[in-house]
Amino acid sequence: MENRPLEYDYTVAKMFMLTTIILGIVGMSIGVFIAFELAFPGLNTVLGSGLAEYTNFSRLRPLHTDAVAFGFTLSGIWATWYYVGQRVLKVSMAESKFLMFIAKLHFWLYILGVTAVVVSLFMGITTSKEYAEFEWPIDIAIVVVWVLWGISIFGLIGIRREKSLYISIWYYIATFLGVAMLYLFNNMEIPTMLATSAAGESGIGAWYHSISMYAGTNDALVQWWYGHNAVAFVFTVPIIAMIYYFLPKESGQAIYSYKLSLLAFWGLMFVYLWAGGHHLLYSTVPDWMQTMGSVFSVILILPSWGSAINMLLTMKGEWQQVAASPLIKFMVLASTFYMFSTLEGPIQAIKSVNAIAHFTDWIVGHVHDGTLGWVGFMIIAALYHMAPRVFKRELYSKGLMAAQFWIQTLGIVLYFTSMWIAGITQGMMWRAHDEFGNLAYSFMDTVDVLHPYYALRGTGGLLYLVGFFMFAYNIYKTMSARPVEESELQNASPMGA
Amino acid sequence: MFHWLEKHPFFFAVGVFVTIAFAGLIEIVPNFAQASRPVIGTKPITLLEQAGRDVYIKNSCNACHSQLIRPFKAETDRYGHYSLSGEYAYDRPFLWGSKRTGPDLHRVGNYRTTEWHENHMKNPKSVMPSSIMPGYAWLYTNNADIDTAYATQLTNAEFFGVPYNKPVPMKDGSTTVVKMADSVAGAHAMALAEAKEITSKMKDQDVKDAVARGEVPEIVALIAYLNSLK
Repeated sequence: MENRPLEYDYTVAKMFMLTTIILGIVGMSIGVFIAFELAFPGLNTVLGSGLAEYTNFSRLRPLHTDAVAFGFTLSGIWATWYYVGQRVLKVSMAESKFLMFIAKLHFWLYILGVTAVVVSLFMGITTSKEYAEFEWPIDIAIVVVWVLWGISIFGLIGIRREKSLYISIWYYIATFLGVAMLYLFNNMEIPTMLATSAAGESGIGAWYHSISMYAGTNDALVQWWYGHNAVAFVFTVPIIAMIYYFLPKESGQAIYSYKLSLLAFWGLMFVYLWAGGHHLLYSTVPDWMQTMGSVFSVILILPSWGSAINMLLTMKGEWQQVAASPLIKFMVLASTFYMFSTLEGPIQAIKSVNAIAHFTDWIVGHVHDGTLGWVGFMIIAALYHMAPRVFKRELYSKGLMAAQFWIQTLGIVLYFTSMWIAGITQGMMWRAHDEFGNLAYSFMDTVDVLHPYYALRGTGGLLYLVGFFMFAYNIYKTMSARPVEESELQNASPMGA
Repeated sequence: MFHWLEKHPFFFAVGVFVTIAFAGLIEIVPNFAQASRPVIGTKPITLLEQAGRDVYIKNSCNACHSQLIRPFKAETDRYGHYSLSGEYAYDRPFLWGSKRTGPDLHRVGNYRTTEWHENHMKNPKSVMPSSIMPGYAWLYTNNADIDTAYATQLTNAEFFGVPYNKPVPMKDGSTTVVKMADSVAGAHAMALAEAKEITSKMKDQDVKDAVARGEVPEIVALIAYLNSLK
């Protein structure tokens, strides 16, 4: 063992890579479909009036967000965890039968959970809390899946050979703890079947139905404390874990600054959770909380940009790699979108801007430049880096990858520019008064004016989806090709830059 | 200190957890009791309204409609008085929404009628020619889940002390009692009586027939709920 390189076991990483791609296609296809439903409402009944209940916008919208956030993104996070974890801790999954079993259980229970989520959301079984729509039986399953992942993280850490935890591991641990805390508290609910009527009957009604422990303003506060930080601990923290591993590995460059990564990490941990209040500006939560949400959102720029700048400076002196390698392009643009998105968010959290932006499509645009540009690109880049190594084949096509990059980038740009214009137009029209002090526009006027932007947004989404299919095809051709590598690539980039 | 933490995963995890939990404690805990006090005039919703609220949630109406009027002139002009915290004291879950693809509904009961909703839900374009809302035809044939609505009422009363069968103070100094049935059979009778009141203002003959047979179509419950939003 001593002088031989470790043989890492990628069985579970491969399984999660496949679900990343499959659930990405599912989630993004639904996204494109519902985007076009807003532009062309006729699509709501495209499968006939009998199935309209299952194809209309309002049923599919939660399915889209959950499929992308908890299908595509979580799978991507786990695919990278089961790859990166072993490597930076210098221990192979094959060394522990127990951890292997836990990891596989983690995967299969997750698949079961995903199936239950899809079926229940189609049926209209939802708690209506955004990104936490699942009823209690699924919530319990999710907690179990999460605990299994926790066992896997701390189990692998427990048997590690590398004494010090690499930066990526910090972020994976934070993801695990953050989501666990948020999810548990936000999903506190009481199954209604536990109630007893005056006549002594119990177990009344749907067994899976529950109601929230919190009411009204409190419920909103807990929900957005969760909702905002689902963005933090699903869309930000684990994605930073990825880039801290994959960018240095792919470019052959060391992380620019250890101190900066330290500062950015602890800063992010401390600041992020305060910012949830910015979802509730001008609502009925107390003013001081709204102000905290607003102020801390602006402060959040510092740790966010800390990480992003650290990433970009990692490429210092090696910028020619960006031109040469589409894989580096993905990661550098991901960091750039991260910076862009974490500047846009705080701007929207300023009270006077929020007064216009809230409830409009600008918010939707913001979410998507973050998720498509930062999360999507980083996961795609991670899988591209992993594919040649886990399947032990050269990547099928670098040209296809470059084409995909440009098509998807164009898609994102169309998406957020159309939503910017749409959102600001909407916000301005809602508040406009004429010279007599009456409302200048009816609500319908604002709906009419949005049509071209909705069509444009759908087109942007479609381009991104097309790119994603190219990605899926590229990975498929890679894994089904004849093996060419005797042993795994060690340092050289698979792009051969 | 940080080098040391990076070598001791347990303490590292504790450190991370404390750091992230801090903000939640400070922001959420102090206001909890205060925000749950109802303003005068807030009553628990009736059985049929509860069933309608469940239909609203089932179809994720909150994906496109908010129920939160912000304190701006444009919003109070358009939707009515801005929302107050205590008005939501019995809302489990809250339904503020995060996106207005359609207008706010917090006080829709003040300016839309049963008949308007009936036409709108069947074919939104019939009342709003350029509406992009889809029709919700299945609401006219699916029956509302009265049992679950009743269980929800019971849970609200038992676990959260929502004042059913108790006098609730109104703005004019009087009190109102919102009754809750004492058995499942009683609940069905109660829902049906409420439903008959709604259908007396509706046109759809199939819906009227269904109620006459003792069924409660989802549309009837949903309209009852929307009418209660004031």
